[in-house]
Amino acid sequence: MDLGKELLLDMYRSMTRIRLFETQVRDLATANEIPGFVHVSIGEEASATGVCAALRKTDRITSTHRGHSHLIAKGGRLDRMMAELFGKRTGYCKGKGGSMHIVDFALGILGANGIVGAGLPIATGSALAAVIAGKDDVTACFFGDGASNEGTFHESLNLAAVWKLPVVFVCENNGFGEFTPMQTVTSVKDIAVRAKAFDIPGHIVDGNDVLEVYRYASEAIARARAGDGPTLLECKTYRWEGHVVGEQAFLGSGSYRADQEVSEWKARCPLIRFDKFAAESGKISVAELQKIRKETEVELEEAVKFARESPLPNVSEVTDDVFTD
Amino acid sequence: MAVTTYIQAINQALAEEMERDPLTFVMGEDVVLSAFGATKGLIDKFGPNRVRNTPIAEAGFVGAAVGAAMAGTRPICEVEFASFFYCAFDQVCNQAAKLRYMSGGQARMPITFRCVYGAMGGAAAQHSETVYAQFLSVAGLKLVVPSNPSDMKGLLKSAIRDDNPVIVFEHGALGGHREEIPTGDHLVPLGKAAIKRVGEHVTVIAIGAMVPKAIKVADRLAKENISVEVVDPRTLIPLDEDAILSSVEKTNRAIVFDKGHLRGGAATDIAALIGEKGFDFLDGPVRRVTTLDVPIPFSPPLEKAALANEARLESAIRELVGR
Repeated sequence: MDLGKELLLDMYRSMTRIRLFETQVRDLATANEIPGFVHVSIGEEASATGVCAALRKTDRITSTHRGHSHLIAKGGRLDRMMAELFGKRTGYCKGKGGSMHIVDFALGILGANGIVGAGLPIATGSALAAVIAGKDDVTACFFGDGASNEGTFHESLNLAAVWKLPVVFVCENNGFGEFTPMQTVTSVKDIAVRAKAFDIPGHIVDGNDVLEVYRYASEAIARARAGDGPTLLECKTYRWEGHVVGEQAFLGSGSYRADQEVSEWKARCPLIRFDKFAAESGKISVAELQKIRKETEVELEEAVKFARESPLPNVSEVTDDVFTD
Repeated sequence: MAVTTYIQAINQALAEEMERDPLTFVMGEDVVLSAFGATKGLIDKFGPNRVRNTPIAEAGFVGAAVGAAMAGTRPICEVEFASFFYCAFDQVCNQAAKLRYMSGGQARMPITFRCVYGAMGGAAAQHSETVYAQFLSVAGLKLVVPSNPSDMKGLLKSAIRDDNPVIVFEHGALGGHREEIPTGDHLVPLGKAAIKRVGEHVTVIAIGAMVPKAIKVADRLAKENISVEVVDPRTLIPLDEDAILSSVEKTNRAIVFDKGHLRGGAATDIAALIGEKGFDFLDGPVRRVTTLDVPIPFSPPLEKAALANEARLESAIRELVGR
């Protein structure tokens, strides 16, 4: 697959926006400027980016508690995301959702979700809605290795397979469910093999290679759009940071992974991989990549400023939006 | 007007609303053949795209209804027995109920959940429970408990048109009840109670299947000149507080009569409302006549002993009015 330069640069921009946003969020949460639980996706930029780059604007996604990457990859604005993380009224959810619950219907983002595995049936239903409404929109469902042990994973894959729904199930296997190594609580080494149980295609994907993710996602999305039903993609990846920012406060001196493992995965950084590809391809110059990085730094700086300067919600808003009138 | 059963009323409401809006569809356990008859024949009118049997996988298909609603359609999702909601609690309480609020008002959640609740004879604890109280403290849901065919049709049609998640609780024992109901586009608004019988000495707030029983008791006691007013809230969320409080203001006595359990139940919730906002109207304590706080037993005499019934309502009324 020969990808156009514009698409390649878009994907680089997306990964850069995720990396810089998440690094900034980690620091702001550590400094207690962002309240609550924050889960960042540093190291997992390629899976979100490769899948969303293969989607159309009208296609939909569901996301997870570690969802900033998916929202950014689907086109989320950094300023409104940051404002939401700060609990400000200018945030995507007027400060009522926070880090784990950002939604932007205009971009087809049905939402991050604080409940592991909850997005799977919602994505399945979103795909069902396309069928009922006679549209060819596809829904991509991001979830983690942990969610693949939830009942909703099995119920959703079965339902989507039976009804041949236009949904792509994207498992980002980062090796850990909270602080528990995936292989100690999961019956299979590869989540992708679980597709067999539902008689749908399942593929193991190098989740740190944005080009490979894009290729597999494109194929699965085309299949879904053609009415041939769901696909399960397992993107093997790794989170560099802890499960939650500040997790050492919970863990004390406890540890659940070796430093060496972390450094091995850092060597497989999705952005470095892309830099190498760019250099080898000869299509993209270092200056072009640097320009994108600089622009993203400015965008992020402005996002933080926007979040800091935005007003908090008025307490009178507390009872708004429970029901649609 | 046409004579219609409670089940036929459901069927008519579904067919009319599906006719009205092509984005409305039915999904759930055995909706094609329809175990209780409520969805019978819809498959012939609307076809398999809009009438979908689901696997027995409540978390999966209830969650799918949530996603389908968020993505612009109007699902009517049947969970066969209300106790099966326990298998889908996350999807109802964490997702359907909360996502509009959590998204700052972006999500629209036009889902109607239908389920059969309550004891109907020998079904034992996992198929006999009255579970609406479990949802009372989950902000973001509407709860509907129709007590007769006319209300069933009008409330269900309103529920389907509502842009919020609404759970309609259908009592298994009411299925065959029949009465004349209005023809045409018969709508009953959510949040409006009905005075089902006018009286002077005591207000009985009866919920769902308890309404016809309360009316029977009222008829009996009328012969002794004990005048009972029966208020049917029809929806628990929203709750027509004004109708309940005005009735109590008139009669000065209140009993809440519910098929659900006592602790944390709907009767307790309504009694607290009267205690807090109607204290000055009262000549005596607010009484709650409910099912005992036990799982519903299987054996007929035990089941009978556990359930809220007419005799217990009658003695509560007699105690309260001193006759």
